[in-house]
Amino acid sequence: MLSHLPILQVIVPLLAAPACLLLDRARAAWLFACMASLVSVAISGLLVFQVHQFGALSYSLGGWDAPWGIEYRIDLLSAYVLLIVSGIGALMMLAANTAIRTEVPSERQPLFYVLYMLCLAGLLGIVATGDIFNVFVFLEISSLATYALIAQGRDRRALWAAYQYLIVGTIGATFILIGIGFLYSLTGTLNMQDLANRLPALENSATAFTAFAFLMVGVCLKLALFPLHLWLPNAYAYAPSIVTAFLAATATKVAVYLLIRFHFSVFGVGFAASVLPLHSIFLVLGLVGVFVASLVAIQQPNVKRLFAYSSVAQIGYMIIGIGIGSATGLQATLLHLFNHALMKGALFLALAAVVFRFGSADIRHFAGLGQRMPWTMAIIVIGGLSLIGVPGTVGFISKWYLVLAALERDWWPLVIAVLLGSLLAVIYIWRLVEVAYFRKGEDEVCREAPLSLLIPTAILALANIYFGIDTRLPVYLSDSAAQMLFGGGP
Amino acid sequence: MLAGIYGLLSASFFVSMDAVDVAFTEAAVGAGVFPLLMLTALTVAGRYEQTAHRRPRAAFFLVLVTGALLILGTLDMPPFGSPDAPAHTHVAARYIQASPTEIGIPNMVTSVLADYRAFDTLGEVVVVFTAVVGVLILLTSGEQRQQSSPANAVETMRSHMILRVVSKMLIPLMLLFALYVQFHGEYGPGGGFQAGVIFAAAIILYAMLFGLAKAQAAIKPSILRLLAAFGVLLYGGVGVVSFLTGVNYLDYSRLAADPVAGRHIGILVIELGVGITVAAAMILIFYAFAGYATGRVEAE
Repeated sequence: MLSHLPILQVIVPLLAAPACLLLDRARAAWLFACMASLVSVAISGLLVFQVHQFGALSYSLGGWDAPWGIEYRIDLLSAYVLLIVSGIGALMMLAANTAIRTEVPSERQPLFYVLYMLCLAGLLGIVATGDIFNVFVFLEISSLATYALIAQGRDRRALWAAYQYLIVGTIGATFILIGIGFLYSLTGTLNMQDLANRLPALENSATAFTAFAFLMVGVCLKLALFPLHLWLPNAYAYAPSIVTAFLAATATKVAVYLLIRFHFSVFGVGFAASVLPLHSIFLVLGLVGVFVASLVAIQQPNVKRLFAYSSVAQIGYMIIGIGIGSATGLQATLLHLFNHALMKGALFLALAAVVFRFGSADIRHFAGLGQRMPWTMAIIVIGGLSLIGVPGTVGFISKWYLVLAALERDWWPLVIAVLLGSLLAVIYIWRLVEVAYFRKGEDEVCREAPLSLLIPTAILALANIYFGIDTRLPVYLSDSAAQMLFGGGP
Repeated sequence: MLAGIYGLLSASFFVSMDAVDVAFTEAAVGAGVFPLLMLTALTVAGRYEQTAHRRPRAAFFLVLVTGALLILGTLDMPPFGSPDAPAHTHVAARYIQASPTEIGIPNMVTSVLADYRAFDTLGEVVVVFTAVVGVLILLTSGEQRQQSSPANAVETMRSHMILRVVSKMLIPLMLLFALYVQFHGEYGPGGGFQAGVIFAAAIILYAMLFGLAKAQAAIKPSILRLLAAFGVLLYGGVGVVSFLTGVNYLDYSRLAADPVAGRHIGILVIELGVGITVAAAMILIFYAFAGYATGRVEAE
C-alpha cells in the first residue's frame, strides 16, 4: 500500500465527501470526516518521510506513464505543503463540530462537512499533481466548495461576499485555463516536467509570454496579491469562523505554492527574467501590500476583518521573498507559508471561540475579555506576538530569514521596510490587547470557550512557540525545497 | 434567449471542428439546461438590473488590455489545423496510434477521457457533485417551503393540449435515447456526461409540464441525493478495486483476464458512475431552483 500513498492522499478525503452525504447525520458525518482527515495527515507525514528518504515520488494514474497519462509527483516542496494543508485541515475539522453549532443551521451541517472535505481534497489535489490540467480540475473543486462554504456565514452579507469571490475566483480560474490552453497549443503536452523540458526552446514566443502572463495574473487573483485582494477581507469576515480559519491557513498557501510551481518548475527561473521584470514587480507589490493592508487593518472595528487585512499584508511578505530572487528569499517565503498557517490558524480559531460566545467578532466584545476568556485571549496574544515577529515565536523565524535574504543582496531599504511593517503589526495587535486587558467589559455573563474548541486552538498556539524554538523541521524542508527549485527543475 | 442561441451556435461550431462529443454536451447543457436555470433564477431575482450611474472606465481599460493580450497570444500560435502543430505531434499522436490496440474501442475521445486521463474525468464528476451540494446547501430553506405545500402543482400547462401530448410521446424516447448514448459512448459520440444531461432534460421537461410535485413524487429528491453520491463513489470505487488487483489507481487492465477486456469493463462502469451523478445532479439543481421559485411566488 505504501507505493499508493501519493494518490491516497487525495482520494481519501475526495471519496469521504460523498460518503458523508450518504451518512446524512451531522454527528456521523463529522466523525467520519474527522477520521478521513486524520488519515490524510498520517499519509502526508509518511510522504514527507518517503520523499526525504528516496527523493521525489512519481505515480502514474491509470498505469499510463507521463506524458500520456496523468502523473502525481511529490517532491519536497509538495510534500511540505501537503503536510501544512492536511495538518491544518484535520485540526480545524476536530474543532468544526463545536464551532459551527451556533453558526450553521443543523439541517445544513451534513452538507457542510461534505463541502469541507471536497475543499480539502481539492487543495491537496492541486499540490500533489504533476499535470497542469489536473491542477485546474482540482482548483475548480476547491473553489466551488469554498464559495458555498463562505456563503454559510450567518450574516446576510456572507452571500454577497461569496458572490464577489465567485466572480473574481472564476476570472482567476479562467485566466489559468487560458494560460494552460496556450501552453498546450505550443507544446502538445500537459505534464509539468515535459513542459519544463519543452518551454526553454520557446523563450521568444509571444504565445508563451501570454500564457505566462495569464497564469501569473490568474494565480495572483487566487492568492489575493495586493491590488487583486479586494475579495478577501469580506470573504474572511463574513464566512463561518471555522471556514475562515481553514481558508486563511490553507487556501492562500496553496495559491502561493502554485505560483512557485509555475514560476520555478514549469517555466524556470530564467524564463520570467527574460520576458518580464517579474521580480521587481513582486517586490513593489509585496511592499505596497504590506503597508497598505496593515494600515487598513489598524482601523477595522471587526477583528475578523482586521486579521483578514493582516493576511493580505502577510501574503505581501511571502511575495517579497519570491521577489528577492535568491534561494534564501524563496526559503523565507516557504518558511512563512508554514509559519503563517500556524499563526493565522491559531488566531482565527481563537476568534471562532469568541464568535461562539458572543455571536460576532466585533472589537467591543473584546472589552474585558482577558478576564472572561483568559485562555482564548492568551492564545490570541501568542498568535499576535508571532504575527509581529517576536523572538521565540515562528513569526520571528520567517522575518529573520527574510531579513537575511535582503542582507545577502545588501538591500538595506528592504530590511528597514520589513521592520517598519512589523511595527504596524504591533499597533493593531496592541489595540486588541489594550481593549481586552485594560478595559472593563459590560456585565454580560460569559464563560471560557468549550474545550473541544480550545484544545485544537491551544495545539496551534503551542506549535507557534515550539517551531519558533526548535526550527529544524520547517527550516530543513524549506531549505532543501528552495535549493531544489533553484538547482533547476524538480 | 441569447444564452440559448449562444449555446446552440457553440454546439454547431464544435461540430464543424469535428468535436462531436463536446458539441453533444454543449447542445444539451448550453442550449437546454442553462437557459432554463437562468429563467428560474430570473423569476426569483426579478427581471431588471438596478442601473448604476457610474461608468467603470478602469474595468473597460482592463478588458481592452486583456483582449489585446489574447490577440498577442495567438500571434505565435501554430497555424490552425496544421498537422505539424505540437498539439498534434506529441501526445495526441500516440493516442491515435496506440489506443485501438491498447484500449480497443473505436471512439478515441472516450479512450482519452475514460482511460488515459480518467482521473481528470473523475475530477470533473466531483466538480458536478460539488456544484450540486453547493446549490443544495444554499437553497435548503427553499426546499422545505416546497414540502410544506405539496398541493402547489402549478399546472400552468394544463391548457396546452398539444404540448402535453407531444411531450408524453417524447419523454420515453428521450429516456431511451439517453440510455443509448450512455452505453454507446465507446463506439460513437456520447458517454456519461451527455447521457446524464439528456436523461435529466427529460425529467425536467416532465416537471415543467405536469408540475414539480408530480415529478418529485416520481423521483424523490432524497433518492437523487443518494444517487449523486453513489455515482462518484462508483467511479472512485473502480480505482480502489484497481488497488486491490495490485495495479495503480484507475488502471483497469486487471479487471478481467485480458487487459483490453478489463479496460472495456472499467470504462463501462465509470461511464455509468458519471451518468448517474450528472443526471441526479442536474435534476436536483432544477428541483432546488424550481422549488425555491414556487415558494417565493406563493409567499408573495
